[in-house]
Amino acid sequence: MGDPGGLGVSAESADSAGLAIETHGLTKRFRSQLAVDGLDLAVPHGAVFGFLGPNGSGKTTTIRMLLGLVAATAGEARVLGAGMPRHVDSVLPRVGALVEGPAFSPYLSGAANLARFDAADRWAPSRTRAARVADALEQVGLAHVAQKKVHAYSLGMKQRLGLANALLMPRELLVLDEPTNGLDPQGTREVRSLIRSLARDGTTVFVSSHLLAEVEQVCSHVGVMSAGRLVAQGTLDEFRDAGEARALVRTPDADAARRVLQGLGMHVDGSISAGRVADDGGVSRPADASADVVVTATLETTPPEAVVAALVADGVRVRGFEVERASLEQRFVELTGEGFDVVQ
Amino acid sequence: MSSSEGERGPEGLETSSSATRPAVSSATRSADGPGPQAARPSKLGGILSLLASELRTLFRRRRTWAMLGALALIPILIAVAIRIAGDSPSGRGPAFLDRITQNGLFVGVTAIIVAIPLFLPLTIGVVAGDSIAGEASHGTLRYLLIAPAGRIRLLVVKYLAAAAFCAAATLTVVVVGTLIGWALFPIGPVTLLSGTEVSVGEGLLRFLMIAAYVTVSLLGLSAIGLFLSTLTTVPVGSMAATAIVAVVAQILGALPQLEWLHPWLFTRYWLDFADLLREPPVWDSFADNAVLQAGYIVVFGLLAAARFVTKDVLS
Repeated sequence: MGDPGGLGVSAESADSAGLAIETHGLTKRFRSQLAVDGLDLAVPHGAVFGFLGPNGSGKTTTIRMLLGLVAATAGEARVLGAGMPRHVDSVLPRVGALVEGPAFSPYLSGAANLARFDAADRWAPSRTRAARVADALEQVGLAHVAQKKVHAYSLGMKQRLGLANALLMPRELLVLDEPTNGLDPQGTREVRSLIRSLARDGTTVFVSSHLLAEVEQVCSHVGVMSAGRLVAQGTLDEFRDAGEARALVRTPDADAARRVLQGLGMHVDGSISAGRVADDGGVSRPADASADVVVTATLETTPPEAVVAALVADGVRVRGFEVERASLEQRFVELTGEGFDVVQ
Repeated sequence: MSSSEGERGPEGLETSSSATRPAVSSATRSADGPGPQAARPSKLGGILSLLASELRTLFRRRRTWAMLGALALIPILIAVAIRIAGDSPSGRGPAFLDRITQNGLFVGVTAIIVAIPLFLPLTIGVVAGDSIAGEASHGTLRYLLIAPAGRIRLLVVKYLAAAAFCAAATLTVVVVGTLIGWALFPIGPVTLLSGTEVSVGEGLLRFLMIAAYVTVSLLGLSAIGLFLSTLTTVPVGSMAATAIVAVVAQILGALPQLEWLHPWLFTRYWLDFADLLREPPVWDSFADNAVLQAGYIVVFGLLAAARFVTKDVLS
């Protein structure tokens, strides 16, 4: 596996001042196992950063290091401009987090649990505690069960309570590890819109997930982990663009098309007979029309319109033209390999 | 391709749910956040606020009240048994047992003597042994630490809460004992070990001093429990280990062959509070006990801190 960013998407060249999270060579070794290997993360301020990776790729360990729960074996991590874990005391009050699932004292009510975590934050004023707890519960739709003991909560309710805990104080950075785990579709959508509205207010959001559709809908940036290494990071667009774009040309003149495409320096990788499909369209065509063939080629840097112009100029009868980009999922699988639960 | 379809749902919801949201974010945002402009809160204030929250949590827990209730049963059982069966022959049973029928105030002291070897260490083991390991097993340790509670601050608060439980436990035994003795037996001036008689009020004060003595006695064990609690994420392990340590120390203390070890055992002065029942009270054993317990607090407090500060929190 290449170095981080080596697979097309380069780390942003933003200066450190603009980064909410920044790591250099961050490494964690548990006895014999290298959980995180030389991570160079760069999360710009104000970004919604999707932290992707299959299970066991080191996402949670990275998050634990960012939050000062686990000491790095090597390398450094800076969160909101200050080194971790040395500045835990001044940094963490500005960070809300959900780490590896919610966790509460089961014998306390939801509100009491939140008040307890809030009391542990020296920066959180006790005067406003009750009001902030009530607001946070309201925000995640748990106001009606605030006084119920947490052991009576469902997994989804605990997840919401975990989010409420992250929102007790205004935060500059939210670190959300699998925030939609255990939520019903309704809750998932609420979390998505919550993330969007927080991001609109300028909060940087760092979301780890393996739900790609999720990430695709809310994130501005992505980073992909695989086996403890960061294999790609950048904006979502860069990430998508880095995937192979392919041109699909539907034409009866397959040989001519191939020649033109190769002339443009494109790599022709296939052609499929598409005659039957064309017939299904119900379009009446001249009897002498030969069967359509779809010729596919990697687009690389050639602009699509130049390809069409060249084809037409050479007299190729172009009956259909399409540019196909790899989906996020295809990119993800390209980077991390097959054989894991992409959608869990 | 599919994104336009997927987008529509959340957008629709966003508009509907955003109606409830802005009130919250504007309200919380106006609170003085921990930006560089905010004044740094005092360290002591932070500890007190966390301690208050910890005590609320501890004493809101049913388990805590179950243990205090079990401790309260000891004087009740003693008093009721004596009331029904009558006086025990002098010199048999725990100290002061034969005094109860003449003066009900002695129920509390008798009960505490009964509770010291096992019952009190057991309950202290549960509270101290659970302090860090229990949070770890619930996963709440990571949320306390990222709040951020501060590792040392959390240890100090957990220790103070365990100490508060020691006081609550001994007071429960003494107070319930006094009340039940008051209810079932005649009450009168207390005859001290030196033969002097003191008033009921003075006698009660002496019993409270004994409760304080026993509380101090248990502080070393609490520190051991706190340290054991930082070693594991399985609370039952550290709870049992703490109770076992207390029993083992008492067994070692009973073996004359280990005379050289006895001055170092935290259980050494556990039953030496008789000096408080002399006129005037002799404080030597109280002081010796306090010094010994302080030594245990320092050693095991440092061990717990060393372990906890560098610990990777993976639970």
